[in-house]
Amino acid sequence: MSDLADIAPSGTLAQAGARPSIRPRGAGAVAQVLPWLVAAGILVAAPLVFTSGTALTMMSLMGIMVVFSLSYNMLLGQTGLLSFGHAVYYGLAAFFTVHAMNLVASLRLPVPLPLMPVVGGLAGLAFGILFARISTRRAGTVFAMISLGICELVASGSHILHSFFGGEEGITANRTKMLRLFDLSFGPQIQVYYLIAAWCLICALAMYAITRTPLGRLCNAVRENPERVEFLGYEPQAIRSTAFCLSALFAGVAGALAAINFEIANSAYLGVHQSGVVLLATFIGGIGTFIGPVVGAVAVTLLQVSLSDLTEVWQLYFGLLFIAIVMFAPGGIAGLALMHGPVLRAGTAHRLLPAYLLALGPFLAMLAGAIALIEMAFRVLVKANDGTEMSLVGIPLDAAHILPWCVAGAMAAGGALALRAVLPRVAAAWDEASAAAKEKLA
Amino acid sequence: MLELVIISTLNGVLYGMLLFLMASGLTLIFSMMGVLNFAHASFYMLGAFFGYQISRFTGFWVGLVVAPVVVGGIGALVERYGLRNVHRHGHVPELLFTFGLAYVIEEVVQMVWGKLPVDYRVPAVLDFPAFTVFGTNYPAYKLFMLVISVVIFIALLTALTRTRVGLIIQAALTHPNMVAMLGHDVPKVFMLVFGVGTGLAAVAGVIAGPALVTQANMAGLLGPILFVVVVVGGLGSLTGAFAASLLIGLVQTFAISLDVSVASVFQAVGIDAAPSGGVLGDLWTVTIAQIGPIIPYLLLVLVLIARPTGLLGNREA
Repeated sequence: MSDLADIAPSGTLAQAGARPSIRPRGAGAVAQVLPWLVAAGILVAAPLVFTSGTALTMMSLMGIMVVFSLSYNMLLGQTGLLSFGHAVYYGLAAFFTVHAMNLVASLRLPVPLPLMPVVGGLAGLAFGILFARISTRRAGTVFAMISLGICELVASGSHILHSFFGGEEGITANRTKMLRLFDLSFGPQIQVYYLIAAWCLICALAMYAITRTPLGRLCNAVRENPERVEFLGYEPQAIRSTAFCLSALFAGVAGALAAINFEIANSAYLGVHQSGVVLLATFIGGIGTFIGPVVGAVAVTLLQVSLSDLTEVWQLYFGLLFIAIVMFAPGGIAGLALMHGPVLRAGTAHRLLPAYLLALGPFLAMLAGAIALIEMAFRVLVKANDGTEMSLVGIPLDAAHILPWCVAGAMAAGGALALRAVLPRVAAAWDEASAAAKEKLA
Repeated sequence: MLELVIISTLNGVLYGMLLFLMASGLTLIFSMMGVLNFAHASFYMLGAFFGYQISRFTGFWVGLVVAPVVVGGIGALVERYGLRNVHRHGHVPELLFTFGLAYVIEEVVQMVWGKLPVDYRVPAVLDFPAFTVFGTNYPAYKLFMLVISVVIFIALLTALTRTRVGLIIQAALTHPNMVAMLGHDVPKVFMLVFGVGTGLAAVAGVIAGPALVTQANMAGLLGPILFVVVVVGGLGSLTGAFAASLLIGLVQTFAISLDVSVASVFQAVGIDAAPSGGVLGDLWTVTIAQIGPIIPYLLLVLVLIARPTGLLGNREA
């Protein structure tokens, strides 16, 4: 996605993240189409490379999360609306999809499974339209609080309307009982993966196309300066609510994909927790660029699945990672990576290498020390019954002794101090490299 | 009926005062940063758990004093080394920082004290019924909670309006640059406000811990209600927060004790026309007690639609 840099916001968030650059347009249709062909190629080839069952399940989850995060970024990144209740549309759509699947199966309607996300999208859109009017009158904190209120309302309401939401256990469906096209039963996970991948690509293309329309640009304008947009003759609320409805539509598609994948919908889908997960994923990836939420969705799903195997306190690491991103890299992972675009193009990136290598040592020491401290504390506090002897990355140690604590503490503190001492040199190297890059590119 | 009204009013006022202990700090912090502190309820939870931990070694009373001081100190450090750095990136990162902090605090509490409720007991001195109304014993500890909240409320009001520090704080909230020009250290004032605000939340936690359940999900349960209080009352308005605290406290307490549904009303009148099954059937038989947890959020959405400034606020959220 070569021309992502110029949709990066020029607002406060972007200053530390992606730097907008103005480049000549019309770089050719090839440059436009190529990233999508690459994306499609990756989606098709991924199951051939990672053939294990776990990998397939994980990639299906990633596909769902990518659609969900991209839809969330239509609100947060593109329109500047911070929502704490985006899972409402995801969850309600999942319930409608499950009910639709059951209806199709029981009435033997001629509807194949791959069309079910349309039902989810329409359900999301319908609820988006319902809540858009009351949500989007104002941006900022009012919007955030109303979204939280609606989320709590719907989540609590789902416990009352037992016949539709199925209470605690939720509602189940069977995805194999639908009309079969081309002899696809959708029993095996690989078929479900390709279904999710196809919808993921369609939705991503559609959402990217929306960012290129006048509406997409107006959303950016409303985010930056609603008053000025009003003076230009547009109504900020109308633009906000259009973006809101479209975002609910795509969240609905994601919810439908989740319902198809798990064959169940329960009240956990539409709660505050699920809304928090999509917020974390989107922000960790980076809200300033289109690719950011994709990176975030992939990274967060990977972390959720792989970290939870490695350590039981993975949610703590997850939260700490989020805080670190908010504090030190508000542009997210994608923002950090794209920041290096101009330097790489100008070929001055090698000037950064020594400084980065210098910082890497203290950084890793700090990380390792902190992780060791957390793991030992977890061992002593929670797993006291299993004894204090444990092993970290193959190194056996006893958390009851003071020595490992001292070593870990020294590594964490020493690493942090050394990192602080090295940072000015990194900043200087960065300034030098980007100044040189500017000169070369100019 | 009278019994229900009296007991529910007492409990409602008590719950409302507890809410206000937290909402007051949250409101002050909002006036200062312009952002809601998502982690405020987490400091309340920390207060409860610290109070519990200290009470195991030294008894309840030391915990009542020490835990809020410790939590307030942590709050001040969070402001100094966390929020102040994020502030330059804008409001959204600030809000997200507190969101992440709430997440981390919950995880840490789960790691240290586990997911199950801890055995945080009412001190023996206060473990007796204070009085009896209509055959119901009213525990002395609840009265003690009420007294503590009222005393702190009055002390806070006096400190803010009558003392020199309070005046500087009030001025710094609205005109930080002018106050800085006059030679006051505004960042230090903000740090103080954040520390005191989180400390107040911790006081609420210490005294509520033994009466309610001290568990790692208590912040998640109370946090959203707290937002409802400060937003409904009007962001930045202390009197508004007070009114909304009492309102929410009373509404929630009364809702729990009302076992009335549409079906029961119709039955009482003598009409027997209930729709059977389906969503309508669910709505028909749901009692007010069951929809009690939704009422605050309904109130929040309605108030924000009708009056975005909140009941007594004068600034837009």
